[in-house]
Amino acid sequence: MLATLALLTFSSLAEPRFPPPDFSETNHQLPITTTPAARAEWLQYLDVAVLAGCLGVAVWLIHKHRSRRGVFWLSLCSLAYFGFWRKGCICAIGAPQNIILGLCEAGYTVPLTVIAFFALPLIVALFAGRAFCAGVCPHGALQDLLIIKPLKVPAWLEHALGILPFIFLGFGLAFAATGTGFPICRYDPIVPIFRLNGPGLLIALAALTLLLGMFVGRPYCRFLCPYGALLKLAALASKWRVRVTPDVCTQCQLCANACPFGAMREPSPGTIAPKLLTPERRRLGWLVLLVPALIVGGAWLGGRLAVPVSRLNPTVELAERYLAQQKSPVNYGVMTPETLALQRAEHDPEALLKSAADLQQRFRRACLAFGGWVGLVLGVKLVSLSLRTLRTDFEPDRGACFACARCFRSCPQELVRIGQLPASELPSSASIATPVKA
Amino acid sequence: MNEQPKSDRPTTRRTFLRNGARIAAMTGLGALAGVVANRSTAEGWVWQIDPQKCLRCGNCATKCVLEQSAVKCVHAFAMCGYCNLCTGYFEPEPNALTTAAENQLCPTGAIQRSFIEDPYYEYKIDEQLCIGCAKCVEGCSRFGNGSLFLQIRHDRCVHCNECAIARTCPGDAFRRVPASQPYLLKTTHAH
Ligand code: SF4
Ligand code: SF4
Ligand code: SF4
Ligand code: SF4
Repeated sequence: MLATLALLTFSSLAEPRFPPPDFSETNHQLPITTTPAARAEWLQYLDVAVLAGCLGVAVWLIHKHRSRRGVFWLSLCSLAYFGFWRKGCICAIGAPQNIILGLCEAGYTVPLTVIAFFALPLIVALFAGRAFCAGVCPHGALQDLLIIKPLKVPAWLEHALGILPFIFLGFGLAFAATGTGFPICRYDPIVPIFRLNGPGLLIALAALTLLLGMFVGRPYCRFLCPYGALLKLAALASKWRVRVTPDVCTQCQLCANACPFGAMREPSPGTIAPKLLTPERRRLGWLVLLVPALIVGGAWLGGRLAVPVSRLNPTVELAERYLAQQKSPVNYGVMTPETLALQRAEHDPEALLKSAADLQQRFRRACLAFGGWVGLVLGVKLVSLSLRTLRTDFEPDRGACFACARCFRSCPQELVRIGQLPASELPSSASIATPVKA
Repeated sequence: MNEQPKSDRPTTRRTFLRNGARIAAMTGLGALAGVVANRSTAEGWVWQIDPQKCLRCGNCATKCVLEQSAVKCVHAFAMCGYCNLCTGYFEPEPNALTTAAENQLCPTGAIQRSFIEDPYYEYKIDEQLCIGCAKCVEGCSRFGNGSLFLQIRHDRCVHCNECAIARTCPGDAFRRVPASQPYLLKTTHAH
């Protein structure tokens, strides 16, 4: 102890212990400490330009040119650029976290590039659907490539798992808002593949995702991607929808099984007798009333969990360990990162405890919001399950469709349009009695 | 053909709702981007280690998302005493002051020792070999001038949105720095 004290006082003098030599004999020149630069500034503008360009091309390919092949090649290019060349970082999926941290923490400024990556795909989705998912997102492109035999996910499972992205989004935002970290980036199961590198657990997760992706189309996109949740919401309000048929739907049902992502919706069965509708309306009314209750309940639960959750923050955790150490001191023994941190805490406990208290306050708010958000998500899901959508034709679900353009060619009208089928051979709904498997 | 008569009312109502939602979303998105952009900089951020806060714990060698950590030891030569008995180079009680591997602190032999003039020796880091374990940094900081220290090397770092080492750093030594000044080099060995 004395020795360390002596050392500390010694080293607190800025004087070096051993004066640097002046090399009077040999005139030796000191080597220069190299500082390899970070990426050049203009390269980040290139990233934004490539993003905007790809989005534009994707919209054109999906809505005007209607070409699956085009979308495929575009997504390969994006995979090469944003995935393997940019190593999955910079990415729209993680950007919401930067945005919320920028809002909540005065000392953190969001680079303009990140704002562009956050906003551009969403703006495009508000007009043209999830063009980003189809042709620009490297995560989506990689999973898309690997689809071998997409199985149909049962509707109940699809609905249940479909809320995960929203919950993960809320979790990521709440966590980022406290300044504790970016879980959406941390637990990303695709990025380790782009880097061909990563912690063992994540590599295993990545392998699992890809394996699953061979039999379930785009599992990450459908059941985890938090940015996909935002895109889904935006796409629901999109101005132009992705259309299977270039003009009219003859109800031939040929496209019914064309979508590997379960995004195709059938026409709704004719009109329903008003008598049948009454109990349904009543149930809907009750569900709508349930939503606020769920939100309040969720927020309450979230608030209760704030203190244990806040221990995930290293500063809070260190403060707690420091307090425990004060109560019942244990000998450090061998120096580990944990004990080194404890030693640091002992230098200035007040500052540590204060910042831990601040953090816990932030966690309380974040957990409250997160709990409420989970309640809202559950409530809205329940309500939406009992809503009827009136559909006259086969059409992709606005929110769920990744705009991959796979289904276009299953439509005979489209085949006529591109000249692969003479108009005379158009099947009519009358000639097809039973659904045909694509 | 049997195109069903489109019931106009619900369609227009839904379109109306959709347009409203889109306009609301655009406004919200614009406002959000505006508020954030107001405080934003064109310049990006990169992660760096504050060498004055580094506790030489060894996490840097193992916690980086890259298998070969982006953190390496760098040497501020102007601070170095060019000692014969370098406490960053030699084991605490070396058999002899030679470059024999068993005398060296560095597990990978990444430090090159070369004679300059009596009694001074120069120590250079071979970044290909350095794994960023901070053993030499500890030796140099504790008993020497503290001229060896760790830095994220930006030609290797992939600039994770959240640095994986930062969150396990016991010294809270990682912080975001402007991309145009991406290093926090040591000039004095002060606490
Ligand atoms: S859902 Fe997410 S991961 Fe999938 S394509 Fe869209 S943004 Fe990318
Ligand atoms: S474009 Fe067609 S196949 Fe592709 S996701 Fe949308 S509905 Fe499915
Ligand atoms: S001791 Fe560790 S940090 Fe120092 S040069 Fe060797 S590998 Fe690098
Ligand atoms: S930002 Fe990523 S690559 Fe760079 S040092 Fe941290 S973990 Fe390693």
